[in-house]
Amino acid sequence: MASSIRVRATAGAETTEVQALMQHPMDSGFVKNAKGELIPAHHIETVQFETGGKVVFTALWGPAVSKDPFIKFSFKGGKKGDDLKITWVDNKGATDTTTAKIM
Amino acid sequence: MLTAKFPALRMSRRGLLKGAALATVLGASLNVMRSVAVFAADAAGWPTDAFKQKSETDVLKTLYGKAAEVSDKVKLDAPEIAENGAVVPISISTTLPKVTSISVMVAENPYALAASYKIPEGTLPAVSNRLKMAKTSKVIAVVESDGKLYSTSKEVKVTVGGCGG
Amino acid sequence: MMRGLALLMALAMLAGTQIARAEVTASTPENDFKAFRNFFTNKFPKVPLNDFVNGPYSMDEGLRKQWIAKEDFPPYDFALDHGKELFEKPFKNGKTFADCFPNKGIGIRQNYPYFDDKTNEVITLELAVNQCLEKNGEKPYNYMKDDMAAVTAYMAFTSRGKPFDIKIPKDNPKAVEAYEKGKQYFYQRRGQLNFSCASCHIQAPGERIRAEVLAPALGILNAMPIYRSEWGGMGTISRRFTSCNSQVRGVPLEPQAPEYRNLEYYLSYMANGLPVSGPGSRP
Repeated sequence: MASSIRVRATAGAETTEVQALMQHPMDSGFVKNAKGELIPAHHIETVQFETGGKVVFTALWGPAVSKDPFIKFSFKGGKKGDDLKITWVDNKGATDTTTAKIM
Repeated sequence: MLTAKFPALRMSRRGLLKGAALATVLGASLNVMRSVAVFAADAAGWPTDAFKQKSETDVLKTLYGKAAEVSDKVKLDAPEIAENGAVVPISISTTLPKVTSISVMVAENPYALAASYKIPEGTLPAVSNRLKMAKTSKVIAVVESDGKLYSTSKEVKVTVGGCGG
Repeated sequence: MMRGLALLMALAMLAGTQIARAEVTASTPENDFKAFRNFFTNKFPKVPLNDFVNGPYSMDEGLRKQWIAKEDFPPYDFALDHGKELFEKPFKNGKTFADCFPNKGIGIRQNYPYFDDKTNEVITLELAVNQCLEKNGEKPYNYMKDDMAAVTAYMAFTSRGKPFDIKIPKDNPKAVEAYEKGKQYFYQRRGQLNFSCASCHIQAPGERIRAEVLAPALGILNAMPIYRSEWGGMGTISRRFTSCNSQVRGVPLEPQAPEYRNLEYYLSYMANGLPVSGPGSRP
């Protein structure tokens, strides 16, 4: 079963750019289903990016982040071959993690 | 019978972290006793209260404990007219120094805070994301630089879809 | 009075000759193709030919910028991955999709639909996928989204960039008839709103219907299947045709009804030479 996290980390001269797409419904809790019932809130709350033993980025998300959320940021350092670990936790306590190599 | 006492939850981020961790443990044991609606406690470090605020000022007060001043050194890239309110791509960047946090709010959303990002030293003060917007609204980007808050905003028009393209 | 009559007579004679001339220029798929292509390139001289396949993004700069930002990491990525898995997974009888299609199903999207002269009907890619499943004892997919969208997304992806190459064998009058029926469907008004496909996609591409920007009919299927922000997910050609019918307040046909397949045949032929760009994103 493929991970719910897709990531592309590219090392440049001085910085590494990270782009990630996560598969998650990100239900806001405001939308009703066909029967008129509210679909309960179900969304990622935290996403953490770590490399070389250091946290390089933390995202704190509310339900206003789009479905199948996307994030892009860059950090100084990082080189090709390094591991980048990404972990998300959602409001139901579910979690997923993946480790990708920086290209 | 649960008689455990827990310290009053403080509003600072560190306090929230401790409080949230405790709430997770408490929440877990409470869940065992509940038979009806199960609600998991929020993830560790997630600023629950900030995400419940309706106005920008309240978000900033809850999240940072201060107000922001408008600055042209904060750059917000967002469309004039959103293709679709469900997926609005935005980018925030700044030339301000010692940035520790970037947050983005959508004024007309039910809860104003959409996302908040922790920027450790060595990470560039720039982020791109995709947001949901309930309707035409001001989008506000806030940057915490050297302990102070700076912001900029842009109005993004959101229209209801018609027959499709 | 006499002069008026003479003028009328003269005009009538002129009209007569005009009509005669029009009958000489018969409608053939080739002539239709040229007229259709010229219509769009004349209407939008600044749009590069291959850009028409990007639908509303070729028509509106603001939309285009948002689309390019999203193509960084497109929302259809998950469906694409899932499609590859489904495509490669063996059926219960040990065979795979590769056994049903020419070239093992890779890089063939641009040849669909084609006219099957044995069964005298138009075969679309979606129909062929389900025929393959049924032939191998598997349950066919729902035509509108999910697995059908995933598999056709993968197959389209393996053809990305390849120019559409739809054939209408001249020596097969039934094929030409299917094409003509597709063309008729395209230009015929329907539904309570009394719109034809042409009302939006020939008369008003680049303009707005309520708040959405309309796509040009030229290359309109090249990006299929698509991830639509409005759907919050993937949709196939079947999904788009049926929803378009509903949106003009008409009763949609069954997915892959002969009328829809003929329509797809017509539209795909009109896009010959334009690249497969699927899977795609749309508002």
